[in-house]
Amino acid sequence: MAKRGVPLALCFVMGVLMAVQFFVPHPLSRYVYENVLDWMQIVSVFALAVGVIGLGRIHWRRVVVRRAGWRYSIATLAGLAVMGILGVVGGIEQGTPYAWLFRYVQAPMQSTMMSLLAFFVVSAAYRGFRVRTREAGILLAAAMVVMLGRVPIGEAIHRAIPIASNWVLNVPNTAAMRGITIGIGLGAISTSLRIIFGVERSYLGVE
Amino acid sequence: MAMTTIGIWVAAILTLAIYSFLYRDNPIYKLAEHILVGVSLGYFVGLYWHTTLIPKLWVPLVEGGNVLVLVPLAMGLLMLTRFSLRWSWLSRVPMAFVIGAGAGVSIPTAVDARVYRQIEATMIPLTSLSSVILVVGVAATLVYFLFSVRHEGALGKVATLGTWFLMVGFGATFGYTVMARISLLIGRMQFLLGDWLHLLAD
Repeated sequence: MAKRGVPLALCFVMGVLMAVQFFVPHPLSRYVYENVLDWMQIVSVFALAVGVIGLGRIHWRRVVVRRAGWRYSIATLAGLAVMGILGVVGGIEQGTPYAWLFRYVQAPMQSTMMSLLAFFVVSAAYRGFRVRTREAGILLAAAMVVMLGRVPIGEAIHRAIPIASNWVLNVPNTAAMRGITIGIGLGAISTSLRIIFGVERSYLGVE
Repeated sequence: MAMTTIGIWVAAILTLAIYSFLYRDNPIYKLAEHILVGVSLGYFVGLYWHTTLIPKLWVPLVEGGNVLVLVPLAMGLLMLTRFSLRWSWLSRVPMAFVIGAGAGVSIPTAVDARVYRQIEATMIPLTSLSSVILVVGVAATLVYFLFSVRHEGALGKVATLGTWFLMVGFGATFGYTVMARISLLIGRMQFLLGDWLHLLAD
């Protein structure tokens, strides 16, 4: 009972408290709100610690039992240890080893990884953009207009292309995104209510 | 200066290691990929240590004598019970705290930012064709998401119109994403050919 009842009760109390405080313009309400947000951040750090320990354990075990690809696990563990320790001990300001590693190791690799997707997006588009239906044709036309409107060659082809690109982004695209946003908002509200009232309890896991 | 030069060389070698995947999956790429995973996680360790643990837990507790922060500390420690088969159920308490509070915060935020503000921005004077298309587009898109009613007759036609607006939205998003990726690719090429090899004119 306590194993599920206590978390469900805590979830209900915190959910109602945080939802109601929004409508109570009192300094005490504001104080509670700000403190709870700080507490959530502190607890989230420990959730990160769970992730770090979990990843560390998995890769450490791979190295110890010499499982396939164990040498790569050394690279992961070394990267985690070096970046983590340098950050904790040496600080994170500009000019620190942590900032150097971020600038010359992490940031270039991340942006290269993202740019790699340019190649795969193009090949996926080639396969996916075969105009078989009216909807696919509309999608293709919108994508082409937006892409051509963002590069100089678009204006070189016809000066109306950048104008059309902006119009597509500002009018029909905005209309669709606004509809989606309202849908997401209503979905978020209903999901939050389900969580607070204990209807949705998948976060408790299984016994 | 020397550290900058070393940094540029390190960044260039790692960039090429990742681009080697374009040929095929290979050990050099895998090594870079694994380094990235470790370094990315290590980045958050350093970041959260200095932006959350020290200013929001250590300083209030040790320097300010605020014993209230022992509550999130205790809940955080309960999170670590996930590694014990016997006591892992205790980690549900901090999970419930974060998820419950997060759900509570998100209700007024979603009502305000995602519903109320969006409807307010759609209530515009219908003085131009674009404004009419905008209002009709929002309404048609919402009708498409109305799954509790069969999309038949007039409603079905409006839902189809909503689908077309959605396709324009997805197409525009796709186009934007492609251009963003191409921009990153150009940036990496400028780094390799300019900063590293000095082949580009300043």
